[in-house]
Amino acid sequence: MSNAEIADDRKFRSLWGDVWVQFRSHKGAMLGMIVFGLILFGVTLGPYIWTTDPQYLDIRAKNTSTILNCFLTGEQIFQCFSDPTSIKYYDPNAEELVRVKLSWAYPLGTDQLGRDQLAQLLQGGRVSMAVGMAAMLLSLVLGTVAGVIAGYFRRLDGPLMRLTDLFLALPLLPLLLVIIMLFRDTLRGMFGPETGIFLLIVFVIGITSWMQTARIVRGDVLALKEREFILAAHSIGTPAKRVISRHILPNILSPIMVSATLGIAAAIITESALSFLGLGFPSDFPTWGRLLFDGTTYISQSPSRVIWPGLAISLTVLSVNFIGDGLRDALDPRIRGR
Amino acid sequence: MLDDKKPLVQVQDLKMHFPIYRGILKRQVGAVKAVDGISFDVFEGETLGLVGESGCGKSTVGRCVLRLYEVTGGSIDIDGTDIATLSGAGLRAKRPEMQMIFQDPQASLNPRMTVGSIISEPLDEHMKMSKTEKRERVGELMDAVGLARRFADRYPHEFSGGQRQRIGIARALALNPKFIVCDEPIAALDVSIQAQVVNLLEDLQEKFGLTYLFISHDLSMVRHLATRVAVMYLGRLVELGDSETLYLTPKHPYTQALLSAVPHPDPAQAGNVERIILEGDVPSPANPPPGCTFSTRCPKAQAICKQDSPEWREIGEGHFAACHFIE
Repeated sequence: MSNAEIADDRKFRSLWGDVWVQFRSHKGAMLGMIVFGLILFGVTLGPYIWTTDPQYLDIRAKNTSTILNCFLTGEQIFQCFSDPTSIKYYDPNAEELVRVKLSWAYPLGTDQLGRDQLAQLLQGGRVSMAVGMAAMLLSLVLGTVAGVIAGYFRRLDGPLMRLTDLFLALPLLPLLLVIIMLFRDTLRGMFGPETGIFLLIVFVIGITSWMQTARIVRGDVLALKEREFILAAHSIGTPAKRVISRHILPNILSPIMVSATLGIAAAIITESALSFLGLGFPSDFPTWGRLLFDGTTYISQSPSRVIWPGLAISLTVLSVNFIGDGLRDALDPRIRGR
Repeated sequence: MLDDKKPLVQVQDLKMHFPIYRGILKRQVGAVKAVDGISFDVFEGETLGLVGESGCGKSTVGRCVLRLYEVTGGSIDIDGTDIATLSGAGLRAKRPEMQMIFQDPQASLNPRMTVGSIISEPLDEHMKMSKTEKRERVGELMDAVGLARRFADRYPHEFSGGQRQRIGIARALALNPKFIVCDEPIAALDVSIQAQVVNLLEDLQEKFGLTYLFISHDLSMVRHLATRVAVMYLGRLVELGDSETLYLTPKHPYTQALLSAVPHPDPAQAGNVERIILEGDVPSPANPPPGCTFSTRCPKAQAICKQDSPEWREIGEGHFAACHFIE
C-alpha cells in the first residue's frame, strides 16, 4: 500500500511546510522573491553601503552620464577603468569631439543639479516601497471588508455597493487635490513634514483604490454563500463572524492576492503621479515616481535618468505579481498536493 | 404499533413562501409557495422517507425543519421546543440536537479545511474541549463512519464521493444529535457506493438511536430504509403511511403514478406492470392551481377537484392522504 505510506509520511509535515514546498516549486515565484528581496535589501540597507548623500549638490559634476555609457564608446573602452573622465566622442550635432562626463563616483550619473542618481534611487525606493505596501494594505483591508459585508449581508449590499459606485464615479485628481490641500498642513504640523505627508498619501491612495477589490470580493462571496458548506456551517450554528473568517475568507484568497499584487503597482504609480503634480512629497525628497518625472525633461540627453527608476518600479511590480501568483497556488490545497 | 412511540418532531401546517420582487420599486408581486401547509410527525428512532419529484419542495421541507430558512408559517416542535419562532442564542443552543447530511458531498465540505477540522467544527462551536480530547473525538467519529484516522490531515478533494459523504456524516454525528435530516444523501453517488452509505446510515441509526428524515427521489431506496413514507407534490403532502402499506396499496392517484414508475427488478415481468403516465407538466409553485394542486394532471379529476382543496385526513391506521375520492 504505497498510498498509505504516503499518507503516513505527510502527517509529519506541517501545513506551512507544505505551503513552502509548493511555493518553492513555482519558479516564477522564487525568481520574483529573489528580485524583490534584492530590491528590498537595496533600499533598506543600500544607503548604508553607498553612503553618498542623495541631497548633496555637486554642481560641477552635474549632468554626469551613467558609467554604462562608457562601455558604448567603442575603442576607448579600456579607458573606462583607468580614467573615464578623459573620454571624448564625436558629437554629430556640434561636429566636434566632445568630452563625456563620466565618473566612477557617480555610477548612475547625476541630475541637472549634480545629485547622485544611485543614492537618490536607493533613498527614493524606501519611500516608494513603503507607500506602495502601506497603501496596498489599507485599500485591501477596506476593499475586503466592504466586499465581504456587502456580499454576506443582503441588507447592506445595496448601500455599500452604491457607495463603491460613488467612489468609482468621483473624479480622482480633483478629489486628491482637495484632500491634500485641506489636510496637508495639519498633518505636517502633527507628524512633521515627511511622516505627515507619508500618512496623508497612504491614506489618500488607500481610500481611492479599494473599489475594485470590493467588487471582486463581493462577487466571490455571493457565489460562495450559496455553496452547501456554508449551509452546513449554519446548520451547525456557526455565527456569521466565524462563517466569514473560517469559510469565506480562506476561499476568496485568490482574488485578494491578485488585488494585492496589482495594488502595490497602482499605489507606486499613483504616488508618482501625485509627486509629479506637486501634491506628493516635497521636491527635494526623492521617490521613484519623482525621479521618473524629473527625468522626463532630460530624456533625450540622458535616457538613463528615466530608465533606472522605471526599471525599479517595473521590477518591483513584476516580482510582487509573481510572488502573489505563487502564494495563491501554494495556499490552495487542491493545487498543492500535485 | 406506532401509537406507543413518542413523536420527536412535530411539524404543523408548515409554510415556506419565497417572495418574488419585480419592477423598479422592487415590490412584492407574489410568492413561490415551495412548501404550502404540510403537517407530519417523526417518531423517535424511526426513518421517515420524504419522496416526490424534482422541485416539489422536499429539500425546502428539510431545511425548514432545521430552521435554515425563516419559515413563513406553522410550527416545528423538536423534542418539545417550537424552533420555528426561536432565534439567536436559543436556536444556537438547539442546533446540536438536529443535524443535516447534504446531497452533494463535494460542495458540502470546505475545500480549504482538512478533514479533521471539518469534523471538529461542530465541537469547536458547541463544546469546550481540549485539543487532545477533540482529536480523540474526531478519531472516534472517523472510526464510526469507517474512515481511517490517518486521513484527518488530508483535504476533501483527495477523497472519493463515498468517502466525502462519510466525512459529512461524521460531521453531522459529532454533537450526538437525536434527529438528522438526510437531504438526498445518496443522489450524487454511484450505485455500489449508495449501498455502502445506506448501510452505514442504518448501522449508525441502530448504534446511536438516531431519527432520520430521509429525503430522496429514489423510491426503492426509501422503501428499503424508511419506516414510514410521506409523498409530496407541489409543496403539499398527498399521502403518508407505513412504508409497506403505502408501497403495496397506494391510495392517492399521484402516489400510484409515482410508484408505477419504479423499474421492476425482473425484466421479464416489467412488461406486465401497468404504468400510469401522467399528462402535462408540474404547475409553477408561484401560481398553483386552485383546489387540489394535482387536479391538472390527475387521471381521476372531477369538477370538485378544481374548486375545493382536499382535506388531509386519516384513511387507515396511521395512513393519511389528501384526495376527495378515497374511501
